[in-house]
Amino acid sequence: MPRDAETIEKAPAVAAAAPGDRGELAAIARARSAGLRRALGINAVRVALVAAWLGSWELAARHVIDPFYYSMPSKIWERLVGWFTDGTSQGSIWEQISVTLQEAVAGFALGAAGGVVLGIVLGRSRFLSDVCAPFIKAVNAIPRIILASLFIIWFGLGMQSKIATAFVLVFFAVFFNAFQGAREVDRNLVNNARILGAGRMQVLWTIVVPSATSWILASLHSAFGFAIIGAIVGEYTGADKGLGLLINHSQGVFDAAGIYAGMIIITVLALLAEYLLTLLEGRLLRWRPAVSGHDVQI
Amino acid sequence: MSERAFPPEHSTERPTAGPVIELDGAAKRFRSAGGVHTAVRDLHMRVGPGEFVAVVGPTGCGKSTTLSLVSGLEPASEGRVLVHGREVDGIPDGVGYMFQNDAVLPWRSVLDNVAAGPRYRGASRREARERARDWVARVGLAGFEGYYPHQLSGGMRKRVALAQTLVNEPSVLLMDEPFSALDVQTRGLMQDELLRLWSGSGAAVVFVTHDLEEALVLSDRVVVMTAGPATIKGTFEVPLDRPRDAEEVRLTAEFLDIYREVWDSLREEVQITRERGAGHAA
Repeated sequence: MPRDAETIEKAPAVAAAAPGDRGELAAIARARSAGLRRALGINAVRVALVAAWLGSWELAARHVIDPFYYSMPSKIWERLVGWFTDGTSQGSIWEQISVTLQEAVAGFALGAAGGVVLGIVLGRSRFLSDVCAPFIKAVNAIPRIILASLFIIWFGLGMQSKIATAFVLVFFAVFFNAFQGAREVDRNLVNNARILGAGRMQVLWTIVVPSATSWILASLHSAFGFAIIGAIVGEYTGADKGLGLLINHSQGVFDAAGIYAGMIIITVLALLAEYLLTLLEGRLLRWRPAVSGHDVQI
Repeated sequence: MSERAFPPEHSTERPTAGPVIELDGAAKRFRSAGGVHTAVRDLHMRVGPGEFVAVVGPTGCGKSTTLSLVSGLEPASEGRVLVHGREVDGIPDGVGYMFQNDAVLPWRSVLDNVAAGPRYRGASRREARERARDWVARVGLAGFEGYYPHQLSGGMRKRVALAQTLVNEPSVLLMDEPFSALDVQTRGLMQDELLRLWSGSGAAVVFVTHDLEEALVLSDRVVVMTAGPATIKGTFEVPLDRPRDAEEVRLTAEFLDIYREVWDSLREEVQITRERGAGHAA
């Protein structure tokens, strides 16, 4: 992970080992350029792979397979350009993106907050967790996507029903991790804090929450994916706006290129969110030791 | 069931006025898979203000349990435990406890780790940091305030833990094999450091260790515990002058004399524990 490589710079051990003599400087320069070459090589192979994949698809679609069913990269690109310049059948593409994103983000925020709070509370209270265990297991066993239909009936075709679907998906993903994180707090740390004078709430805020943070952050990565799934499936089930509706509409008119184009937009959104979450994680977990094993051998 | 026919051997105790710690027939039992497990029983012990008492015994005999009784982390199953003359119920005032394993917070810098105690006790952030800065310097970590624990060596982390405990200025200092994970040289250094910081603090110390040498280097009095279920087997005064140099004192003739005397007592218990261990292994 590149994040770890960045944090290494701050580690004093590396700074302390700052070399005085030329031999070491030269070795470091060599190692650095070797690392650079390696990164370039990896990216070159990646680009080649994508080019080969898209190229063979395009060629196959022109000569072998039927582009009506399987579409082809050039058509998908055309559709994307068309959406962004002329708008979609449902109106401006930006409006669809913004609606889906709002639903996903709202569902994500509510679900993550609820999951964290309930997870930590149940994780710290044996009694409550024993009481709730069978209910949580049962609710978790429900195929939650089905709830999207129910939410449409409850909340209508607007945003609320999609937010509710995203919420349900996110909540459980985050809840279980927060619960586990709160439960696995080092007893030693809790005892130490109590001896140092911490009350119950202080133990919760200064020991339990930070301990559970790495668990919670790990779950947030997959949780945002779930939020987008929730929003899209909600729109797919019934909506008046959004990317899910766009994809549903493309399906209805046998427009394979439209489905792919929608998929690509969603993928880009998910990757952006992933990037932001990784930044947040790096910020919150600054204290963690850099993962070794990525060192380039000199 | 703990009241068996073992006479309590605490006759060598000092008659101190107003002991800081008093154990009076204290016992601790735990529920375990096979029924009830007695960790310690029939403990009688007094520690006066400013006294440094070391508790030695075979590995796993229940020395740590004794400390958790005094700290209030575990209630006694039987008997009485008093700190400053008050029965222990929750964590008593003025108690500091250094654990065997690292208990520093990995997500806090050295300074904020040390400032934790004053913050918990209601000091403002600025005041807590000021006091922490002072103690970080006193344990020899000046310049490392902003470092995270994972960036420090084992010995340095122990210094952080020591500062974290001492910043609260405890009148009762409980230490549970705090240096056992350190290499021999670092351990010697930390022992010296501990004596330097403790002298003049007036704190009563109970220092649990399985290392008799460490016990004798540090303490005024050594309490030997039996193999588990543990009780006190005997108490030995350590006739070595203070201030002591932790590295030098172990080479003196007096040290060897008292070492031989206490070891005679401890050896039997170690033997018993070993035989039991061999029995389990077979």
